[in-house]
Amino acid sequence: MIGKICGTGSYVPANYLDNNDLAKMVETNDEWVRERTGIVRRHIIEDDTTVSMAVKASKEALKMSGIEAKEIDLIIVSTLSSNVILPSAACEVQRELEAVNATCFDLNAACTGFVFGYIAAQAYIISGIYRNILIIGSESLSNFVNWEDRGTCILFGDGAGAAVVRAAEGTMYLPVTHSDGAIGHVLTCGSRHNKEWIAGSKDDNTYMKMDGQAVFKFAVKKVPEVIDQALEHNKLDIHDIDWFILHQANKRIIDSIARRLGIDIDRFPMNVEEYGNTSSASVPLLLDEMNRKGMLAAGQKIMLAGFGAGLSWAAVVLEW
Amino acid sequence: MLEKVKEIVADSLGVEVDTITAESSFQKDLGADSLDLMDMVMALEDEYGVEIPTDDLGELVTVGDVVKYIDKIEK
Repeated sequence: MIGKICGTGSYVPANYLDNNDLAKMVETNDEWVRERTGIVRRHIIEDDTTVSMAVKASKEALKMSGIEAKEIDLIIVSTLSSNVILPSAACEVQRELEAVNATCFDLNAACTGFVFGYIAAQAYIISGIYRNILIIGSESLSNFVNWEDRGTCILFGDGAGAAVVRAAEGTMYLPVTHSDGAIGHVLTCGSRHNKEWIAGSKDDNTYMKMDGQAVFKFAVKKVPEVIDQALEHNKLDIHDIDWFILHQANKRIIDSIARRLGIDIDRFPMNVEEYGNTSSASVPLLLDEMNRKGMLAAGQKIMLAGFGAGLSWAAVVLEW
Repeated sequence: MLEKVKEIVADSLGVEVDTITAESSFQKDLGADSLDLMDMVMALEDEYGVEIPTDDLGELVTVGDVVKYIDKIEK
């Protein structure tokens, strides 16, 4: 048995900031932001939380899957921006869904989180430990954005995506995963639960900080490499892949990755224009959007690839 | 080396190779932004088998600067 995705769901808050709104807050403009990032809008929570968005996305995914909440064996919430520390976001989601038979835990691997979560779900199903798994990426990044930093505030947004993975017959594909903490300093966000933190201090490091050029170089170098490794491990040719669903960090990163792989950009669907970078929510948000538009057909091969803070990166093939 | 570097620059930045000289400034003359420069740096790294740290990017203002830089680190 392997895991097959049998339902997807997503949720984004209705409220959004477009580039013109940001131009009133920091020195920037629509053209500059579009050219360098491909981002036009980012949705921002008002009354929602990481947990409430996770619950809404999960309900949609469960509805599509036909699986009842009480049949779920495991809930993994991937998040770096939870509104709760204890209990875990996954336990809060369990309570709201009444998924009474589920084991629950959170996973933080930043923008690679959903892909790591999907790989964990596969491992649990292949080993026979669990049969029905709900994986969720939910992020309220707006809480960690420094709205006075024009370099980062243009990039991030809030939202959630979920997928139900169920045990089924199918081909197993080996994933490829990497982390390198030695280069983690290029993308950071400090905790407010540390001795040094003083609210309102000038060198507050509790916002997302990024060395944009270093992260760009990391992504454009490592993602094509990990995709090649995932193809090689499974004896697949790059032209066997129907869709490359990448973490939606920045259009320019995805353009450069496609160019380095020598694959037409049409095979790299994107929605970064509408949502910005939603970290671990971006892959399931896009997957759900494509699924609901009818872009995914049984038997298609999809390459999921995540990359981000840690640094961490991963690629895995899934058959729809 | 200038001719090869010009080819890589043209390819990375999407400009005609004939419009590039050693004196061309990436940002002022060739319209490159910081991410274009990273694309170009990675293409140069692949071609010459070198590592160009992002801290060194400040030195690379013109096409001629790149030729000098690679010449220096190759030695």
